[in-house]
Amino acid sequence: MSLPAFAELLERLVFTPGRNAKLALLRDWFATQPDPDRGVGLAALTEELVFTTAKPMLIRDLVAARTDPVLLALSHDYVGDLAETVALIWPERMGVNAEPPTLSEVVEALEVTPKAELPALIAGWLDTLDSGGRLALIKLITGGLRVGVSGRLARVALAEWSGKPVEEIEEIWHGVAPPYLPIFRWLEGQAEKPDPRDAPVFRPLMLAHPLEDRDLAALDPAAYRAEWKWDGIRVQLTAGPGGRRIWSRGGEDISGGFPEITEAMDFHGVLDGELLVIRDGLVAPFADLQQRLNRKQVGPKMLRDYPVGVRLYDLLFEGGEDLRPLPFDERRRRLEDWVARHEPARMDLSPLIAFASVAQLSEVRDGARAASIEGLMLKRADSPYLAGRQKGMWWKWKRDPLSIDAVLMYAQRGHGKRSSFYSDYTFGLWRPDGAGGEELVPVGKAYSGYTDEELGWLDRWIRNHTTSRFGPVREVEKALVLEVIFDAAQLSGRHKSGVALRFPRIARIRTDKPASEADRLENLMAYVEAGPAEG
Amino acid sequence: MGCTGAAQGQASFTMPHPETWLRVTPDGLLCEPGGFFIDPVRPVERAVITHGHADHARPGHRSVLATPETLAIMRARMGEGAGDSQQEMRHGEVLRQGDVTIRLVPAGHVLGSAQVVMEWRGSRAVVSGDYKRQADATCLPFEPVPCDVFVTEATFALPVFRHPDPAHEVAKLLRSLALFPERTHVVGCYALGKCQRLITLLRAAGWDRPIHLHGAQQPLCRLYEQLGVPLGELRPATVANKAELRGAIVLAPPSAIADRWARRLAEPVTALASGWMRVRQRAKLRGVELPMVISDHADWPDLNRTIDEVAAPEVWVTHGRDDALVHALAGRGIRGRALHLVGLGEDEDEAVASEGAPAA
Ligand SMILES: [Zn+2]
Ligand SMILES: [Zn+2]
Repeated sequence: MSLPAFAELLERLVFTPGRNAKLALLRDWFATQPDPDRGVGLAALTEELVFTTAKPMLIRDLVAARTDPVLLALSHDYVGDLAETVALIWPERMGVNAEPPTLSEVVEALEVTPKAELPALIAGWLDTLDSGGRLALIKLITGGLRVGVSGRLARVALAEWSGKPVEEIEEIWHGVAPPYLPIFRWLEGQAEKPDPRDAPVFRPLMLAHPLEDRDLAALDPAAYRAEWKWDGIRVQLTAGPGGRRIWSRGGEDISGGFPEITEAMDFHGVLDGELLVIRDGLVAPFADLQQRLNRKQVGPKMLRDYPVGVRLYDLLFEGGEDLRPLPFDERRRRLEDWVARHEPARMDLSPLIAFASVAQLSEVRDGARAASIEGLMLKRADSPYLAGRQKGMWWKWKRDPLSIDAVLMYAQRGHGKRSSFYSDYTFGLWRPDGAGGEELVPVGKAYSGYTDEELGWLDRWIRNHTTSRFGPVREVEKALVLEVIFDAAQLSGRHKSGVALRFPRIARIRTDKPASEADRLENLMAYVEAGPAEG
Repeated sequence: MGCTGAAQGQASFTMPHPETWLRVTPDGLLCEPGGFFIDPVRPVERAVITHGHADHARPGHRSVLATPETLAIMRARMGEGAGDSQQEMRHGEVLRQGDVTIRLVPAGHVLGSAQVVMEWRGSRAVVSGDYKRQADATCLPFEPVPCDVFVTEATFALPVFRHPDPAHEVAKLLRSLALFPERTHVVGCYALGKCQRLITLLRAAGWDRPIHLHGAQQPLCRLYEQLGVPLGELRPATVANKAELRGAIVLAPPSAIADRWARRLAEPVTALASGWMRVRQRAKLRGVELPMVISDHADWPDLNRTIDEVAAPEVWVTHGRDDALVHALAGRGIRGRALHLVGLGEDEDEAVASEGAPAA
């Protein structure tokens, strides 16, 4: 009965906004499901196992042969999603008494069944399932589960369930294939920890603490090294005889999205760096990199228009040698040598910034206005490379945010704990309306930065000043000014205002300021970088 | 199919067509020779009321004919407005109104709900109001009555709507309570009918702990108990007993589950019991964490089965998805006609328009 159980898990995950509740659902799955189905289900949830065996067309044909075309069209129109329509409308056959398939039966059968026999196989399965089971099956075999469970979240759930540290699970995760039987045996205390050997595995990243004023006061400049904090995405490059992988910060395998990088990884080692869109040595704004994210495949136009590179800042393994216990200075020297020797394509060194005092460093930070730079990284010269966030070893020192006074335009209810509050705010700035007057144009959306009290106040204000509603969204009187802070402003063709904000959040509610005195779009435009930042 | 003249059991060319004596007017469906309206939307002289939901039982009629339970519900909900003169009619009784004979037959929708069976000069019409065929411990089951015209709702008249066994949905809720024993499970359910049915389903599933009620659910639960439907121990869900509400089931109006009221509960898991919950997008728009597909309306197979059982050659559709139902009926040689009655379809299971926008 594991496919129906999996269907129920999927349904709960789809509707559950809270991280803790998701973790509880996953722990329950690991505790109650048999092998190999719990591992197969886990791989399907995290999309380490993706099927494209059945095309949506096949499913459409199956249902069309079993339903009235007018009723099918009316139903599809009403439900919207084809897979869900099929799951709901599939006629239940009286007298079917076959057991629903287990997850592993589905996976095995898909591998061995000739294409011509797929329709009959799938129809037979659908006949044994209820609507939830049918939806799970269709989504599974057409490759579209999308339930919002990252590999990282799943591994945290495994750690909580088993009591083993998540870093240890991360270390071996990618060395073991679904359904992860050696991992489950180890987590249940029935076997030794699996040894990944040569397999390309993700090594847990070393992370930085935000630098507060009191930390700054205690900082000994001689003990630290400084680098730019780049506004890209953190990646780990792993290459060797076992294969090549690009891992995201959370340990997801994102190699498929960046073929030009994997092609350049003809070395044996593990590197830490920042993935950026780089044109002629200049780093483009984050919005450009966004074009390349979350893609399983990329076309030639993407590769040409948004070329990516990796700015390297650490070397974890050289060949089979684990450099992580070495102090930062030593690893840095090895990294510099390594880059000089290999001259890897599409990779360069993130430079060190020389400084003599905290005051000088502070000046450097304030002077960095390029959109591609978020601030500074400070790394202790003697720090080994340790998993996670280690106090006093690495600091991130972001530059001060930019700020505008904007007018609240729309509000939307949040998720999870905040689902009863209007907690997502769309705000706008004034610009000429072309008819001699002024109009507000939306420039961004913020859903953080406020205190609980401010959230309560905003929620009340919104409910009392609503002018119209569209589903979960309320339009409000254009009367409330919010001070919005953000890290950078970048030109964007996809926004009505022509500009996109990086990490906007609410700093203050300006009840003291009338809406007419809020900022104008041109004030924001003054913050936009003239061109791509220098690297 | 040869079922015309069901009242006499024989075909007769002298038998009047139902359209000649049952008419759609701006006030609602009018039985002309009987001089009364069925579930009228505006105050009238004489009204026959199928059941107590607000879109069917409206205030201000001069005389009202309904089952004793429906009249009691109307008095509880609208006091003075429940009609100047009220006439109780039990199942099995027959009344002559002008040339027309009237009977009330159980509809299985909510406590007191009835189909109105009318005969005039050998022609029989059944106005079923809202109805369902699933078992419901809080009311009498639907009885099919053969007729010449069957007037039906079509709230869930799309083949995607097949309500599961409600016991299965209640089991989901109980599994969630086992998994999250610290969290209050607040279930949105319509105050009349759905709420009490849900309580009896929970009791049948072995939940014998107290069930907590939002203030809006309390009067009708009391009334159901007075009318002989036992519900077990019920307690008000008030702020004072937040600790007691950990791991408890709270029943509230659907509008309350996503609103300020629900915040006072302990990390609430929000559930909603409605036929619409079968479609994911609906559930998502309502911000529901645990959709429960439980409906007091007939689903697609039951609508079609019922129409086949009453064997009417002609079916009139009051409200809902008349397009799909009329199309399906045509395929079976049954004449379907959409009445487009206004004002119907406003109980929680019927209301299509309000999702997303929380009631203030
Ligand atoms: Zn009703
Ligand atoms: Zn109704």
